[in-house]
Amino acid sequence: MPDRGPLTDDQLRRLSVRMRQDVLRYILSAGAGHTGGSLSCVDILNVLYNRVLRVSPETFGNPDRDRYVQSKGHSVEALYVVLAHAGFFPIEQLETLCQYNSPFVGHPTRKTPGIEMNTGGLGHGLPICTGMAIGGQRSGARYRVFTLMGDGELAEGSNWEAAMAAAHYKLDNLTAIIDHNSLQITGATRDVCSNEPLDEKFAAFGWAVVSIDGHDYGQLTDALSAPAEAGKPTCVIANTTKGRGVSFMEGDVAWHHGVPSQQQYDDAIAELQAAERELEEAAL
Amino acid sequence: MSAPAPSVYSPAATAHAERLGLSLGRANLEVFAETLEELADSDPSIVAVTSDSRGSGKLKPFGQRLPDQIVEVGIAEQNLVGIAAGLAAVGRRSFAVSPACFLTARSLEQIKNDICYSDVPATVVGISAGVSYGALGSTHHSLHDYAALRAIHNLTIIAPADNYEAAEAVRLAAAHDKPVYLRFGKAKLYDLPRHGQQFEPGRATLLRDGSDVALFGIGETVIHCLLAAEMLAEDGVEARVLSMHTLRPLDADAIEEAARDCRAIVTAEEHSVHGGLGGAVAEALAERGGAPPLKIVGVPDEDTVTGSQADIFRHYGITGEGISAAAQHLLQRQEVAR
Repeated sequence: MPDRGPLTDDQLRRLSVRMRQDVLRYILSAGAGHTGGSLSCVDILNVLYNRVLRVSPETFGNPDRDRYVQSKGHSVEALYVVLAHAGFFPIEQLETLCQYNSPFVGHPTRKTPGIEMNTGGLGHGLPICTGMAIGGQRSGARYRVFTLMGDGELAEGSNWEAAMAAAHYKLDNLTAIIDHNSLQITGATRDVCSNEPLDEKFAAFGWAVVSIDGHDYGQLTDALSAPAEAGKPTCVIANTTKGRGVSFMEGDVAWHHGVPSQQQYDDAIAELQAAERELEEAAL
Repeated sequence: MSAPAPSVYSPAATAHAERLGLSLGRANLEVFAETLEELADSDPSIVAVTSDSRGSGKLKPFGQRLPDQIVEVGIAEQNLVGIAAGLAAVGRRSFAVSPACFLTARSLEQIKNDICYSDVPATVVGISAGVSYGALGSTHHSLHDYAALRAIHNLTIIAPADNYEAAEAVRLAAAHDKPVYLRFGKAKLYDLPRHGQQFEPGRATLLRDGSDVALFGIGETVIHCLLAAEMLAEDGVEARVLSMHTLRPLDADAIEEAARDCRAIVTAEEHSVHGGLGGAVAEALAERGGAPPLKIVGVPDEDTVTGSQADIFRHYGITGEGISAAAQHLLQRQEVAR
C-alpha cells in the first residue's frame, strides 16, 4: 500500500514522473495505448486521487464517496496507473493491458476496481456526471462529482446539452476539467474545428471558469479542492502539454496513439529517470 | 376543431371485439404515467427524466405532485439518457421519457454505453412509439427502435399490449436492477382476455389457442392479431394468438411450440419489417430448421405513407383484415404445394 498521508508538491511531482514511466511501460508491453493524452493528464489525476477525491479502495462502495468519471476514456492508461498507485489493485496487473480477455480494456470499464462508469465514446462524461450531481443535490449528499474531458471532445454536442442543464440546476457539486492540450488525432484543435474561446463559452453557459496550468500542483489543488462559486458548476481549463515529460513526444500529434519502439521507450525512460533524480536531489 | 382521428378498428373488427366482450381501455401511455406516479409516491428513489416531454408523456400530474422526483433537461435527448444513467449510477431508479423516434435514434449511443454497457438500473421509455404520430411524417415515426435496440446487449425490451401489461411492465422495470426499454403508444387499447395468466417478462402470453396458424403480435398490434383470429374462425381456421410483449429476451419456447403445432406463422408489429419481432422470430425459426412458412406484417422498406395511425395500419394491413389475409395466403400456398 502506498503512503496515504498528505503528499507535498515535491512528492506529488516525483510520483507523477514515476507514473509517467509506468504509463509508458504498460503501453509498450500492450503494444497499444494513447500515449500523448495520458501523459498530459497524469498530473491532474495525481492531484485528484491524492489530494481531492474522497474515495479510496476501502470506501469505494460508500454512496457518499466523491465520483470521478473519465470522459476522455482513451487516456485510460493514466487512470489505471493512478488507480494502482492509489491502492485499487496491484500495478503488475497492468501487464495484461489490452490483452485477450483482460479486465484492463483500452477504455475504462467497471471491471476495474475504482472505475465508476464505462466510457470511451466521447461526449458522455459530462451528461452522466450531471445526472450524478443532480442525484446528490436532490438527496442532500455532500459528495462532489468530477469529469475529465479532452478539448477536442468538446465538439460533441452532448457536452453543451449537459453544460446547459448543469448551470440550470446550479450544480456547484460538479466540476468539469478540460485537459486542454490543444491537440487531437488529426492535428491542432484550433485547425480541426476551433472551440476557442473556451472560457467565454463555459462562462456564457453559466459556469464558473478557472484557467490554470494543468501541470502545476498548487494551481490544480486550488482549482479542484472546492467549487469556484456557490450555485454554479465549475469548469477548470487545465492547460497542458500533450506528451508531457518526454521531450520528443511533447506537442507532437503523432503520439496521440503512437506506441514507442523499444529504443524510444528507453530514451523516454532515461529522460524521466533523469528528471526524477533531479527532483530527488532538489528535495534533499 | 380538427376531425376526430378515424378508429384503428374497422366496423367488422369492432363487432368481433364486442362479441369477445372486450372493453376499450385507455392508452398505455396514460397507464404508464399513472403507474409510475403511484410507484414513485412510495419509492423516493424513482425519478422521471423528461426532455420537454412531460406533456406528451402524461407526466404533468407526476411533476406537480412529486417535483423532487422529476428532472427536466429540455429538448436534449442525448443528455436525457446520460443524466438518467448518472442518476441510476448513484442509486436512483431513473426513467428517461421521450418520444421513441428521437430517444432511440439520437441517444442510441447513450443507451448502449451509459446504460447497457455500464449496467445501471435505468429504464428508457419510448412514448408515442411506432406511428402514433402518424400524420407528422417519418421524422416522428419510430420504426427502427426494435431493430436498433435488439442488437444491444443487456437490455430487456418490452412493448405491452394492453393496460394490464403496461402497468405490470412499469412495475417490473421499477423493481428490476437491469436496463429496460419500454415502448408505449397513444391509441386506446382493448383489455385483452388473459384466462388468469400473469404477465411474466420473457414469457409470451397465450391469448387464444389454435393449431392452424400462429399469430404473434407485439405492443399495439396484439389486439389486431386477436381480431384476425376471430375473422379466421369464421372460415374454420383456428389461430393461436400470442402477445410477444417481451422482444428481448424472446420466448423461444413459444416459437418452438408454434412451429411444431401450426402450419404457418404470421407476425405483426408497428415497426419496419426489418429487424423487429418478425426478424427475431425468423432467426429463431431458421436456426430450428424445418420451420413453417412465415409472413412478417409491418411497415415495408419504403418511404412510409403518412396519415393517422389508423390510416397507416390500414395501408399496410396491420389490421384484423390484413393479418387474417396474410394467414390465409400462407395456408393456401401450402395447400397448393401439397
